[in-house]
Amino acid sequence: MRLLALALSVSVAASGDAPLRDPAREAQARALMETLRCLVCQGQSIADSDADMAVDMRALVRARVGAGERPDAVRDWLIARYGTYVTYDPPLSALTAPLWAAPLLLIAAGLWVVRGSFRRRG
Amino acid sequence: MRRAIVWVPLASFALLFALVGWGLMRPADRTVRSELIGQELPELNLPAMVPGKPGVSAAALKGRPYLLNIFASWCVPCVAEAPQLVRLRAMGVPVVGVAVRDTSDAVRAFLARHGDGYSAIGSDTASRVQLAIGSSGVPETFVVDAGGRIALQHVGDVRADDVDALAAAVRGGR
Repeated sequence: MRLLALALSVSVAASGDAPLRDPAREAQARALMETLRCLVCQGQSIADSDADMAVDMRALVRARVGAGERPDAVRDWLIARYGTYVTYDPPLSALTAPLWAAPLLLIAAGLWVVRGSFRRRG
Repeated sequence: MRRAIVWVPLASFALLFALVGWGLMRPADRTVRSELIGQELPELNLPAMVPGKPGVSAAALKGRPYLLNIFASWCVPCVAEAPQLVRLRAMGVPVVGVAVRDTSDAVRAFLARHGDGYSAIGSDTASRVQLAIGSSGVPETFVVDAGGRIALQHVGDVRADDVDALAAAVRGGR
């Protein structure tokens, strides 16, 4: 049993999945992993994927965050290479603006309709 | 006027239906392309993968255009691609390899069995170079021009009918 645990911990360390020593940085790194797309499994974040490339992306995130880099800077580094596709938290741009504007526009339209029907009754 | 408005919900439903149907019928392109095309190749330094061939150093390669081929011995399309790289080499196109998550023995066996078109092969055990150049799979081939800029990215294996275009792209990168 102990041998198994030892073997497991060795394989985890070798694959770059060993947590960072500083718990605050580890938490930052994990939060970032949740929002990065695994490039070979596309529907999953790198935190959820077992693909080799996701393991290597986790190692990269840990190495950079562990070295004191801000999580946003690590995200930007990846966006510079893979485009905004790599992040599940896309920045506001001309392309994503409708996502943010649509709910507001729908609420405004709803209020306008409500106002119209109240007025008719009164 | 009121009569026309009655048709608005049905019309918008039909529009949405058509949009969704169109999206379903269109084959999706899920290729993730590198954003670094046209930009300088990041500094890479990889140790040699096999004895007798140098590793990869972007700085040392500057001055003449070449192909940077991301491959692995465990990758099936790379087997199909290997003879095309041999052809490119015979045409005088330098092909520099980056072996991803691989071992020296496996790469040596791969080259002996499927052909060796590489002038240098670097070992990228943690996908570090792959991530640095925006590559999301194996095999991928980048054309790097004489100034060290990425001129072109070819996603997937190099087929027989890609060879001439790639060779021309390398020649055009002087």
